[in-house]
Amino acid sequence: MKLLPKVFLTALVACGGSWTQAAEVNLYTTREPVLIKPLLNEFSQKTGVKVNTVFIKDGLLERVKAEGRRSPADVMLTVDFGNLVDLVEGGLTQRVDSKILNSAIPANLRAANGHWYALSMRARAVYASKDRIPLSAISYEDLANPKWKGKICIRSGSHPYNTGLIAAYIAHHGEKQAEKWLRGVKANLARSASGGDRDVARDILGQICDIGIANTYYVGTMRTGDARQKRWGNAINVVLPTFNNGGTHVNVSGAVVSKYAPNRKEAVQLIEFLASDHAQAIYAKSGFEYPVKPGAKIDPIIASFGKLNVDSIRLSDIARHRKTANQLVDKVQFNH
Amino acid sequence: MSKIKFVFGSLFSLSGLLTLLACLPVIALLWTALQGNSEIWEHLIQYVIGPTLLETSLLLLGVGILTILIGTGSAWIVTAYQFRGRAFLDWALLLPLAVPTYIIAYSYIDILHPIGPVQSLLREGLGLDMQQLWFPNIRSVGGGILLLSFVLYPYVYLSTRAMFLMQSASLIDVARSLGLKPDQVFLRVAIPLARPAIAVGTSLVLMETINDIGATEFLGIKTLTLSIYSTWINQADLASATQIAIFMLIIITLLVVVERLGRRRQRYMNSAQRSRLMPAQTVAGVKALSLFVMGLIPIAIGFLVPFSHLLAEAYKRFQYAGFSNDLLQAAINTVTLSSIATLVTLISGFLIVSAARFSKNTLFSRISSLGYAIPGTVLAIGLLLSLGVIDHALADFLEFKLGISAGLIFLGTSFTLIYAYTIRFMAISIGGTESGYNRINSVLDDAGRNLGQTKLGILWHVHCPLLRPAIISAALLIFVDCMKELPATLLLRPLNMETLATQLYAEASRGTYEDGAIAALLIVLVGLIPVILLARMSKNNT
Repeated sequence: MKLLPKVFLTALVACGGSWTQAAEVNLYTTREPVLIKPLLNEFSQKTGVKVNTVFIKDGLLERVKAEGRRSPADVMLTVDFGNLVDLVEGGLTQRVDSKILNSAIPANLRAANGHWYALSMRARAVYASKDRIPLSAISYEDLANPKWKGKICIRSGSHPYNTGLIAAYIAHHGEKQAEKWLRGVKANLARSASGGDRDVARDILGQICDIGIANTYYVGTMRTGDARQKRWGNAINVVLPTFNNGGTHVNVSGAVVSKYAPNRKEAVQLIEFLASDHAQAIYAKSGFEYPVKPGAKIDPIIASFGKLNVDSIRLSDIARHRKTANQLVDKVQFNH
Repeated sequence: MSKIKFVFGSLFSLSGLLTLLACLPVIALLWTALQGNSEIWEHLIQYVIGPTLLETSLLLLGVGILTILIGTGSAWIVTAYQFRGRAFLDWALLLPLAVPTYIIAYSYIDILHPIGPVQSLLREGLGLDMQQLWFPNIRSVGGGILLLSFVLYPYVYLSTRAMFLMQSASLIDVARSLGLKPDQVFLRVAIPLARPAIAVGTSLVLMETINDIGATEFLGIKTLTLSIYSTWINQADLASATQIAIFMLIIITLLVVVERLGRRRQRYMNSAQRSRLMPAQTVAGVKALSLFVMGLIPIAIGFLVPFSHLLAEAYKRFQYAGFSNDLLQAAINTVTLSSIATLVTLISGFLIVSAARFSKNTLFSRISSLGYAIPGTVLAIGLLLSLGVIDHALADFLEFKLGISAGLIFLGTSFTLIYAYTIRFMAISIGGTESGYNRINSVLDDAGRNLGQTKLGILWHVHCPLLRPAIISAALLIFVDCMKELPATLLLRPLNMETLATQLYAEASRGTYEDGAIAALLIVLVGLIPVILLARMSKNNT
């Protein structure tokens, strides 16, 4: 009598989809599927480990938290150091002690306690009109200069990419100066802070603005995209801005092993693969990101922006200012 | 008698259970909101609530007015007049339903951009350069109002048209014989009579608007919903974000209550016998043509233009990248999930509303409609929180009592996804069934009982057939909404499972939305199937 419900329940659960077998790894990721899928296919071919994925946008942390100790998640891949820090602070990660990872990834691009590892970098750059604005260097501070009045395009100030940049500004100059700067940038906007990073290039081509703030890798996707996007990408020059007393603001994508990972071995294996020369080259080539591994080759389009001088303030120190940064955006009515 | 009582009693308890299930996520959100402190409110009140509330109100007001104008106007055109092309308009006016708001936003930004076709043609025609040509900015509250209204008006059109079709000719005849001109008949008789239907349609529109995230964010409109996201994502403060969500929920609830109080004393029932339906006035010539053109405008703006744009982009995309096989699987998943969810939602809504009819208490109906008033991702979070507790309790029981380590049974399976759709769109099912019930006189219930029918019998033999048109309309809306749903689907779906909407997100996430054009086109095409089915069914009915 007791067997029947057991069989039934087991069958029910087996249909549930959260059933995992050996030589599999379950990946929860907020990274773009188009970018990640080729990497995962390579990994599976090379190791025979099947990768099950769910691509999430917002709420990765909440889902894994709700699934708790029964979560099928092994690896989480996400962008923005803020998200990585949140996962660690939410108690959803575990320590990874991998010689391979520790030697491949520089110390400032991973958690000191082994709870997260960065896998790629992108810089917050300035796009400038090729025809109208001859620009070879600029500082982030200079974006508030009134000479740019009505000439700047940028996406929503509340987007994590901009929150990161503003947080970095606070880390450099303090909250007061950051507020003053943000008011200055806001006064220089050509249109409401909206759309995406690619719209900056498109709007520069459409003469809505002359310069704008956006991520580096979009230039690669535009210049190698279809005819329309090529026009946008070719309408701009890219300058890597720096802080007056520092370098260029970068953000990262990174990985963590989930605290209750059922397939821990494969999880570490996957992250090690993503930090390998081969995978780092794919990050650089198809994703147009800066590889984290020293010496890995950068895509020629991205390399043409000049040498990247990464700002020296640690990402974890910048992350502490995120909340203030976001509140400043509200305070100066940046998006209105 | 006792059997009747039993059936009624169990119907009522079933309705209570469904209501509890429907508001589980809301309870979880309330609980989360209470965990937070009120620290953030000082900041919110000082800098955020004012401007976002203003912008949200402007958007809602604009979209509300415009959808009522377009929805009731077009419904009147196709019901009050008979002219060449009317039959086409009748169903084609529903087409914009198949277009998700984010797609219409992307399309028009593209079409109306300085380097897009419209402005390029204008410049060429006028001999101007980019700096000289002034063009209104579509990335604005005004732009948002226009775009959202032209895809959301079918909610009002659908409910109002059904009401116009049912309006008895006698009232219209009386109005006409008293010397009212056609537009006066429309404004002073037809519209007031259709108020419940307009209210249902418009409240659906407003909730779609307030919870929209894709289109409004892209258009740079700062809504309250975006503040919830920003607080949650950038400040990593879920508790405060849920506090804003609950605040928004309270405002919406108040609005709904006010509207209901406003028509509390009015009754809209027809007499028990089926009244003669309003005859359509036959028109021809210039007048017929102008009516046709008026009906065509919303279809053109809300469907034809974005659809053609999508078609062109999908063709280019197809030549560039070919057709991905994943799309076929995604389409199958989408149709399967949406169909199951539609069925579950319809049945649950019908049971809740019928119980309310017998008990004359609509509290359960109101509570279980709350899911529509919460942004999709927030609702999904509420579901994760509440279902997570149940899931772990169940798994603990299996593991420790029965020795089966089964893992999670609900989270990360299609069950959760269907559950989420059901709660999210229950308001449509309830609203639709209710407005159908409004037209069934309670005299019929009494008559049924006198003829010896049980309540179940009345439900089955009397109510169901009469409710059929209302339920079919609701089914269409729910199916199309499930199909377009993105935020909750992204967060809750099982490993390795994609729907058309997530596939569109996947393909568009790295490139532009044109990279997802084929998926977007498929969403619209699959959405057309129920629209056409509905059109055929209502044709058979009339």
